[in-house]
Amino acid sequence: MPAVTETRETVEKLAKSSYEWGFETDIEMDIAPKGLNEETVRLISERKGEPQWMLDWRLKAFRAWLEMEEPTWAHIHHPPIDYQDAHYFAQPKKKPGPKSLDEVDPELLKTYAKLGIPLHEQALLAGVEGAEERLPVAVDAVFDSVSVATTFRKTLAEAGVIFCPISDAIREHPELVQKYLGTVVPVADNFFAALNSAVFTDGSFVYIPEGVRCPMELSTYFRINARNTGQFERTLIIAEDRATVSYLEGCTAPQRDENQLHAAVVELVAMEDASIKYSTVQNWYPGDDEGRGGIYNFVTKRGICRGARSKISWTQVETGSAITWKYPSCVLAGEGSVGEFYSVAVTNNHQQADTGTKMIHLAPNTRSTIIAKTISAGHSDSTYRGLVRMQPKARNARNFTQCDSLLIGDQCGAHTVPYIESRNMTARVEHEATTSKISEDQLFYCRSRGLSEEDAVGLIVNGFCREVLKELPMEFAVEAQKLLQISLEGSVG
Amino acid sequence: MTQNAAPALEAFVARAAGQGAALAETGLPTRRVEAWRYTPLRSIADTAWQKAMPLPTEAATALLDRLVLPETGARVVYGNGQLLDALSALPEAVRQASENVSPLKGVFSATLNTALGERGLDIRVPAGTDAGLLTLVSLSDGQDISTHLQHRIVLEDGASLTLYDVSAGEGRYIANPRFDIVVGKGATLRHVKVQRESLTATHLAVVSADVAEKGEYDSFTLNQGSSLARHEAVVTLGAPHAMAHVNGVQIVDGQRLNDLTSMIHHAAPDGSSRQTVKTVLSDAGQGVFQGKILVDRVAQKTDGYQMNQALLLSEKAQINSKPELEIYADDVKCSHGATVGALDDEQLFYLRSRGIAEADARDMLVRAFLIDALDLVSDEGLRDLLLRSMTS
Repeated sequence: MPAVTETRETVEKLAKSSYEWGFETDIEMDIAPKGLNEETVRLISERKGEPQWMLDWRLKAFRAWLEMEEPTWAHIHHPPIDYQDAHYFAQPKKKPGPKSLDEVDPELLKTYAKLGIPLHEQALLAGVEGAEERLPVAVDAVFDSVSVATTFRKTLAEAGVIFCPISDAIREHPELVQKYLGTVVPVADNFFAALNSAVFTDGSFVYIPEGVRCPMELSTYFRINARNTGQFERTLIIAEDRATVSYLEGCTAPQRDENQLHAAVVELVAMEDASIKYSTVQNWYPGDDEGRGGIYNFVTKRGICRGARSKISWTQVETGSAITWKYPSCVLAGEGSVGEFYSVAVTNNHQQADTGTKMIHLAPNTRSTIIAKTISAGHSDSTYRGLVRMQPKARNARNFTQCDSLLIGDQCGAHTVPYIESRNMTARVEHEATTSKISEDQLFYCRSRGLSEEDAVGLIVNGFCREVLKELPMEFAVEAQKLLQISLEGSVG
Repeated sequence: MTQNAAPALEAFVARAAGQGAALAETGLPTRRVEAWRYTPLRSIADTAWQKAMPLPTEAATALLDRLVLPETGARVVYGNGQLLDALSALPEAVRQASENVSPLKGVFSATLNTALGERGLDIRVPAGTDAGLLTLVSLSDGQDISTHLQHRIVLEDGASLTLYDVSAGEGRYIANPRFDIVVGKGATLRHVKVQRESLTATHLAVVSADVAEKGEYDSFTLNQGSSLARHEAVVTLGAPHAMAHVNGVQIVDGQRLNDLTSMIHHAAPDGSSRQTVKTVLSDAGQGVFQGKILVDRVAQKTDGYQMNQALLLSEKAQINSKPELEIYADDVKCSHGATVGALDDEQLFYLRSRGIAEADARDMLVRAFLIDALDLVSDEGLRDLLLRSMTS
């Protein structure tokens, strides 16, 4: 059967080359010794030239972390993590003040080029062909925890928008950082958030002033580049009254053997009539076909709708990481505020994902929507875990939740664990969930039209995820579709 | 499992059964134990519980008179954990057996029952026999007493039995019954349960049912009494084409908490399970629903459906619901749905505009809400009985 042989060869080839963004860049790094103690925290704070209040804040978090236990409730299994066996600080060595692209290490620029990050203006403008009305995208490129180059700062500054590495914000806008940092995710919120608070090295800070619609989509590309460096990003986004911002976070990482710990924290604050849209494509190294290596991704993301009629929308496409532990949440504290969560989680080979959201309705007339699509293939396990809580004051609040799971192959698992808690009789919650496999009829239909099995699966999966993908900004939607296909390679046939 | 100081309860277990170790090992679950996060057992921790004194026949008869019970079929009555011979007779087709209740690990109510167990029903329905209707009444009467009946019911291949299982009583007590059920090949057990314990009682029931090929465990639970009640069902579909229905209605008012927790384990191919649970909450009542469907890798072609709905009728009522799917087989069809809300204003308005008084209109809508679940009781006679029991 030549056709079968051909298919197998194709699949094998794909499996070998499946992580096309796996490469490593050789740049001089400034690395702290392995281990985590108060000295490490002090060293990070000192290297970043932080004020005393920031150091105190980190130490408070670190001391809280020492008292906490690693959570075990998620549906994931991994060998114990040795928190002392990692570097907590790695920074590309740089000459002081690389304010223009010319000063940026050419190796770094090459890395960006390989990633396809449009750092230059032309590249940015050419990024989306034919979309004349589309505004350019600002990139705050994060290279191993430290933002090296930031573009479009000037344009943004004219609009009054602050978009900078959080370490700059700590120095340049301490009043804003002090006012908001840790207000959505307190230092001792959970084990991984506490760890992040103690040792975060960088991340993004966004401040949109009152009445400003951010003139472009903001984007940060994350990369984990050095061996044995944990990645602890900290992102804080504040949208004042009537402000609007769309933020894109995307990740690719080089191939490596050792598991890497990643514990990011993202905090969003939306004031009256403000709107924050946060989109993520997560494609970190998932480990090889046998489940070796891969990133451990323990993320705390939470937004608070403080003002009336404010809106926070999370969209995520999770295809990477060996382990994903992530629950982007909305606290709906402003009357009539809106929370949204759109998610696609794909696991293949030996990946494990436990992800979902929390919608905490505190105020009257708040609304939330949850659409979660889970796709499991290979030997992977994927869990949707979510909470919808209607507090006593949430009069006339509404929630709609839909969780669909698709299983590809008989060695994987898909699980749904929703928690529904209501303390207000006028609040209405609706939840539905389904689990099924790819329909034979649909596959047959596609195959009879000459599509290969892989393409057919890709097409069906993209259709399955359409409700979520359409929520992504255009630049991301294209990348996300490609990612879905790559992630599922080798899962059929 | 979290250790918790429950000195009175643990001392009681140790004294009564000399088996305190079993309970001491797990401790009384706190709300940090996932299975008990919505159902706090604090209220039973500090009482010096006593073994119950036998219940005199007259007292039992007085309690029986208040209940809505089937007039046909056989009836077996337990009073304070003891069989009341004078009031009991088994169906003719049923054989008395002497088997031990099998252990059920990791379920607190079963651990407590094992430590203090009293012999309950121990019956076997012979192969191919329809044993008809058996009414089982478990009565409790006293202050700070506890009963822990252990029932074992085996249906041989092709046998069938309808069990109408009523718990009721007077006073403050713990009723902690355990049912160990085996449904043979092609056998059918219909288990209709009515929990109308005293409003100061604690009811912790656990049913485990193992269903063989083409067997059927068809259950319905009315949870309506007790200060705190959990009905927990663990159903295992261990052979192909086995089937389970785990339906229920909970009616909760006052300051009470009623909880329906279930685990349907699909351990073989071609099984199907159906679950509809409806909860109506008024005053400061709390409702809990935790329903898990677990599908093993071998259980291909499983068909699982679960629906739970809650109706909140007052500002202080609350519902906590956790429908859960854990699925390891790919060729399955599993779904669940959940809704929480108040009565629909438009429906109310419609009825009011037709001249129906507000209170009547509300009653009609609540009844309509419950009827979906009640209709799943296939026996019309028992359905009527349930309706009467609900409103009595």
